[in-house]
Amino acid sequence: MSLDQLYQQVILDHDRERHGCGLRPAPEGTADAESHQVNPLCGDQVTLRVAVRQTPDGPVVQDVSWAGEGCSISQASLSVLYDLVVGRPVPEAEELLGAFRTMIRSRGTVEPDEEVLGDAVAFVGVSRHANRVKCAMLGWAAFEDALHRADAGPVPATAAPVPLTAVPVPVTADPVPATADRGEDR
Amino acid sequence: MADTALKADTALKQDPGTLAVGLLAADPAPGSTPGPTAQEIAAIREDFPVLHRTVGGHRLVYLDSAATSQRPRSVLDAETAYSTGCNAAVHRGAHTLAEEATDAYEAARSAAAAFVGLGPDQIVWTRNATEALNLVAGVLSDPLTAQDPHAAPLALRPGDEVVVTEMEHHANLVPWQRACARSGARLRWLPLTDDGRLDLTRLEEIVTPATRVLSFAHVSNVLGTINPVDVLVARARQVGALVVLDACQSVPHLPVDLSALDVDLAVFSAHKMLGPTGLGVLAGKAEILQALPPFLTGGSMVSTVTMETATFQDPPQRFEAGTPPVSQTVALHAAVDYLTALGMDRVAAHDRTLTARALAGLRDLPGIRVLGPVQAVDRVGAVSVVVDGVHPHDVGQVLDASGIAVRVGHHCAQPVHRRYGATASTRASLYVYSTPDEVDAFLDALSGVRAYFKKA
Ligand SMILES: Cc1ncc(COP(=O)(O)O)c(C=O)c1O
Repeated sequence: MSLDQLYQQVILDHDRERHGCGLRPAPEGTADAESHQVNPLCGDQVTLRVAVRQTPDGPVVQDVSWAGEGCSISQASLSVLYDLVVGRPVPEAEELLGAFRTMIRSRGTVEPDEEVLGDAVAFVGVSRHANRVKCAMLGWAAFEDALHRADAGPVPATAAPVPLTAVPVPVTADPVPATADRGEDR
Repeated sequence: MADTALKADTALKQDPGTLAVGLLAADPAPGSTPGPTAQEIAAIREDFPVLHRTVGGHRLVYLDSAATSQRPRSVLDAETAYSTGCNAAVHRGAHTLAEEATDAYEAARSAAAAFVGLGPDQIVWTRNATEALNLVAGVLSDPLTAQDPHAAPLALRPGDEVVVTEMEHHANLVPWQRACARSGARLRWLPLTDDGRLDLTRLEEIVTPATRVLSFAHVSNVLGTINPVDVLVARARQVGALVVLDACQSVPHLPVDLSALDVDLAVFSAHKMLGPTGLGVLAGKAEILQALPPFLTGGSMVSTVTMETATFQDPPQRFEAGTPPVSQTVALHAAVDYLTALGMDRVAAHDRTLTARALAGLRDLPGIRVLGPVQAVDRVGAVSVVVDGVHPHDVGQVLDASGIAVRVGHHCAQPVHRRYGATASTRASLYVYSTPDEVDAFLDALSGVRAYFKKA
């Protein structure tokens, strides 16, 4: 697979213009939660905050903001995530999350549905690079974790905001196929 | 070079005694020996089957030998010859195969010992260097060690200190963190200078009479720095500390005589010196090994066992519980023979030449920072760089697209990266089969990386 198939233009663009980057307080009247995730392969990390607003039609992702460091895949993936989920009903965001995960873990066997995935289809090449799966999933794992906690109501004490300097928490929310998950490098 | 490759069954025929002494006794001063010629390198490359494969249609440029080195045919053949012609449990059984296996296993021990200037009883086989370090840290912090009359003086206790350096691989850091937590000892470390060397200005303040253990990398796997073992050993002797040397990155690349270095214990891994995975070495002074209680226990390491208790064998068997990796030791024997035939002084000379070429080339590349010494002096060819604005994963991916295999990440050494303001880096590491062309290919590919991500 060529380099350009992995690094599609959408990825290179989002890597330079990182949407949603910079943690900000949750808007008034929302429930929010934060998640801190670390990729043990390289030490990359992200802290992502989700704000959920309850509406008569159900919960909606009101805002996402994040701060982190990482490779172009992980940063672009966070940026695209921001574009795709803000303003969406929570169940739709969850559906998107599931579709993204299925694509990324498919080892190139899944033809992604652009209707569902939007710009996130640009990450399809990642599925052929087992070592990069965690890069693409880092932000989405943080989103999933924070969303569940925000949507579950008032933030419990144990889910207090974690500063970037905090003891790293491994990416547990995203087990990937055995061969793709070799833990720390050496 | 191909003619120096071992015949497949040499390892089995080796007399355990013949290799035991001073193969490296005649090492000339560093820098005085020329490295192999281009023709010799070409011949060396013929010995390594994997170097002939392609990656994505490109010739493989393997620059990740500090992580794991490639194996010459003689190593692969020795292991196959053992597996197809012998294969039996060692140190038990009276049948011919068991005897041959034991001979091969012990011959390998003698060869490994001679390679680092020691006697065979000073070599303990482990699973890898990490296990060897865990053995040492584990035993020193075991409460039973403090109760053992022979070992008590070595045991870690509250108030004691263990000193490492800020450039350690996690394998020589985390086991000591655990040992300190277990024993109540305190972990301290020697800091680093901005140019990638140990900062020894506070050596006397950090290594003190409270220091029981001084454990450090001979060569850093990230910075490539060769540390001054003599200075550190001299200070350790002044204060009565045990010296543990992580020789993982020195034994493959430099002539190393552990007796001359006068360290108490040392570790290295077979897979970084043309040998197999699954085999490491704990080397030590006979009296230190003799004093230490066992780490892993079970079969093969005991003398008498009753339902209540057991007595243990002398080293090295005391530290080799369970069925060992026999075919791997046979393979390491062939690797050691291969390196010896090349001459470690010439291996080191080749490394220096290529390292100088890499560092000179990197100096001309904008937006690239080298972690570690920027001159090829007292350093080996593990060259880690940070590319401004581009993450190492992305750098590695771009290089891979040209068939160039480098390491990306923190290389199991997060603190040293943090020290130099990086989370991770891209590391090219060289070995006997590396060529100037490969260094140039690396530099060339690296020079295009920032443009690809529009960071230049
Ligand atoms: C300096 C150093 N120490 C320790 C190790 C650990 O070796 P192993 O993983 O073979 O146990 C390595 C290599 O990974 C290393 O480079």
